[in-house]
Amino acid sequence: MNNPPVNPHAPSAVNVRELVSPRGVRFWLVEDYAVPLVSLEFAFGGGAAQDPAGKAGAATLLTGLLDEGAGDLDSEAFQQALEEKAIEISFQAERDHLGGRMRTLRRHLDRAGELLRLAVHAPRLDEAPFERVREQMNAQLRREANDPAARAGRAWRARVFPGHPYGLPTQGSQESLAAIERDELKGLARRLVTRGALHIAVVGAIDESRAAALVDQAFADLPASGDLEGVAEAPFAGLGGVEIVDLDVPQSTIRFGRPAVPRQDPDHIASIVLAHILGGAGLTSRLFREVREKRGLAYSVSASISALDHAGYLYGGAATKNERAGESLAVIGGEILDMAHGGLGEDELEKGKKYLIGSYPLRFDSSAKIAGQLVQIQLEGHRPSWLVERNARIAAVTMADARRVAERVFGDGALGVVLVGRPQKV
Amino acid sequence: MKRLPFELPLEPAAAPASARSAPGPGVVDFRLDNGLDVVVIPDRRAPVVTHMVWYRNGSADDPSGKSGIAHFLEHLMFKGTKAHPQGEFSLRVAEIGGQENAFTGNDYTAFFQRVAKEHLGLMMELEADRMTGLVLTDEVVAPEREVVLEERRMHCDADPNAQLSEAVQAALFTHHPYGAPIIGWGHEIESLTREDALAYYARFYTPENAILIVAGDAEPEEVRRLAELHYGKIAPRGAAPERRRPREPAPVARRLVVVNDEKVEQPTWQRCYLVPSHRTAAPGVSEALDLLAHFLGGGQTSLLYRKLVLEDKQAVAAGAYYMGSALDETRFYLYAVPAPGVSLDDLDAAVDRALHALIAGGVEAKALERAKTRLVADAIYAQDSQAALARWYGAALATGETIRDVQEWPERIEATSAEDVLAAARKHLERRRGVTGFLLPADEKAA
Repeated sequence: MNNPPVNPHAPSAVNVRELVSPRGVRFWLVEDYAVPLVSLEFAFGGGAAQDPAGKAGAATLLTGLLDEGAGDLDSEAFQQALEEKAIEISFQAERDHLGGRMRTLRRHLDRAGELLRLAVHAPRLDEAPFERVREQMNAQLRREANDPAARAGRAWRARVFPGHPYGLPTQGSQESLAAIERDELKGLARRLVTRGALHIAVVGAIDESRAAALVDQAFADLPASGDLEGVAEAPFAGLGGVEIVDLDVPQSTIRFGRPAVPRQDPDHIASIVLAHILGGAGLTSRLFREVREKRGLAYSVSASISALDHAGYLYGGAATKNERAGESLAVIGGEILDMAHGGLGEDELEKGKKYLIGSYPLRFDSSAKIAGQLVQIQLEGHRPSWLVERNARIAAVTMADARRVAERVFGDGALGVVLVGRPQKV
Repeated sequence: MKRLPFELPLEPAAAPASARSAPGPGVVDFRLDNGLDVVVIPDRRAPVVTHMVWYRNGSADDPSGKSGIAHFLEHLMFKGTKAHPQGEFSLRVAEIGGQENAFTGNDYTAFFQRVAKEHLGLMMELEADRMTGLVLTDEVVAPEREVVLEERRMHCDADPNAQLSEAVQAALFTHHPYGAPIIGWGHEIESLTREDALAYYARFYTPENAILIVAGDAEPEEVRRLAELHYGKIAPRGAAPERRRPREPAPVARRLVVVNDEKVEQPTWQRCYLVPSHRTAAPGVSEALDLLAHFLGGGQTSLLYRKLVLEDKQAVAAGAYYMGSALDETRFYLYAVPAPGVSLDDLDAAVDRALHALIAGGVEAKALERAKTRLVADAIYAQDSQAALARWYGAALATGETIRDVQEWPERIEATSAEDVLAAARKHLERRRGVTGFLLPADEKAA
């Protein structure tokens, strides 16, 4: 575990400082004056998993309204104020947190700070934008109603996480959106938009004192803590079965997965390496080779580890013409079983580790990407030293570790599967 | 709300950074003796480089009856060479932690890798090798054709919205090959052969037809040395291949195309006009169209959003987009999603009223200033990403623009007047220049 980092370069070259503002707001800072802009990324603890019962989509609707008017500025005035200075502010509800980002030219930083402060402290949540944004979400739901990928993802989550918030769509349904009252969003904002579990990264043409003033302006006056509902660990259901959603399209969209290990587990890093070897990015994974390259079964095939606060799982997908859907699924299942049963080779483990280690710096080549990565690292509970530790941890995964974790992660190979289309021979 | 498939990636990946971009400071360009153009875009913030080769041929150069061959060949370029058999290139890239992909557009085909800077020479060696050394057998061509057909099923055949977009393009371009989808028509993809691919490869994959772009932590002199070493040894063909494309006649008929499909639960509206591109436009006109698109439909302060969504409440979304990077006459898009209970005919009329009001009433000075601020700021934001800059320069150069055109774009935007924007709207957003598309449920008729 104490190996030196294998890659001599960034991200260790990214000079991150862990700082506290005069008013006690913690933030990470990277100073970089190459381009005259500032990126700020942040996350409030508690996301769509905090949607009130029967009101799935509430957090997403709230985030859609945070840039739709605040303080004295109504929706149009707020949007116009952003546009006049080309300032970007946006919010997004994830499963376990509310994410936000701001980007501005250095010369408009003062105004950007004012507008961000307004958006998080004094969102108006006016009636007109509330109705409009809800209707935009409804329109999007109708557009996706028969979209194979959207339906497959929804059906898969509902199948494997029944009765848990993770099984519900973050975008809600037309029924759940209709049930949301404007006052409930105000309550949700009071519970979530706080300093209680706030993570911040500032990157760009800005020094320490100016960055500290910015985060104080934007966040210091928020309530010290929120009122989050406890979220239970999410058991994984529906293993070993195949659910078919009938849709009259020529191709079957497949979603599959199985429980893996939680993020806090010492084996988590090894599970990421294994999932990469199975179906990770690039043109060299087992699934890419067996499903796409050799057999021409699919254009898109992949698998990866998802690590939410209360569930760690393997999740993957493919899309194959209906006639060959059964064959695709069999090939995917076969690769997973092979990895579970010791089929993993020394060479592919080494190559997988090399890719994950060598490609890490590519996540840090722009201010916006650095800010996003730094907040993600904080959400996972790490310190800035993780920028170096992460590659060392991957390098330290041995063949014995990989075999043992493959048994844990791939187990008996049973999958929770959803197919959308008219699949044959499944 | 809507992203149109301007480019098809080899492998599904994150959407390309929206590249309306910027003058990268310190850009250097030169040409090798064999005709290969080289552009270096320095960005030393992280020790990584983006290495791209762009070929000046895309789907619009597909021979008649062989739509999809440019895109199919892009896939087949990963099948190996004599020196580096199938899979070796990708394995080498993966081993060094590099990322790679490729994409095909109407006017270009591009291949790229993103790697730690010390591997730039290796990328050049492998990329230069497959410019001339591709080996194709029926054993690799046949399954890859199935992959492309699956790609088409995924993006088009299961999606009525994509089918409408294909139908609108086919109606807009009655004669020019922009009317065919980049991926090709399904029945023609099925008939593409190894011989078709090799003939296309021999015609277009030449040094005179290629542009090498290196963005990131690289010294121009070092890039020149490596480029001469690896690409410089490829023999020239004597001249760049000619792109022979028929010109689209001036449109005279307003057209409506309708897709009815039982899978549609949310109707949508779009319109596409035939307009000049950055390359074909008279001076100042494409900048006016860039501004017009933003003023009309770039975000919540735009005219269409304010009029249709906020004031009249006939739509829940509305916007515009100008596809300026194109070798030939190109497209200006409008789109809208109707509010519940609003018919597409009514929405269509509402859009036309908004356009007429604009043409009669002129462009408000403050709104124009906002649009300029935004576009010029976008040029600075783009400098934050070496990959976005590389794509911007590549697309511009492959569609006949120069480095200077790219670098002076913000100045030209600043110099555009309200009268220019209005004149562009008046001339180019005529109904007879456009095709309107309706996406409707199975049982709903367009009036």
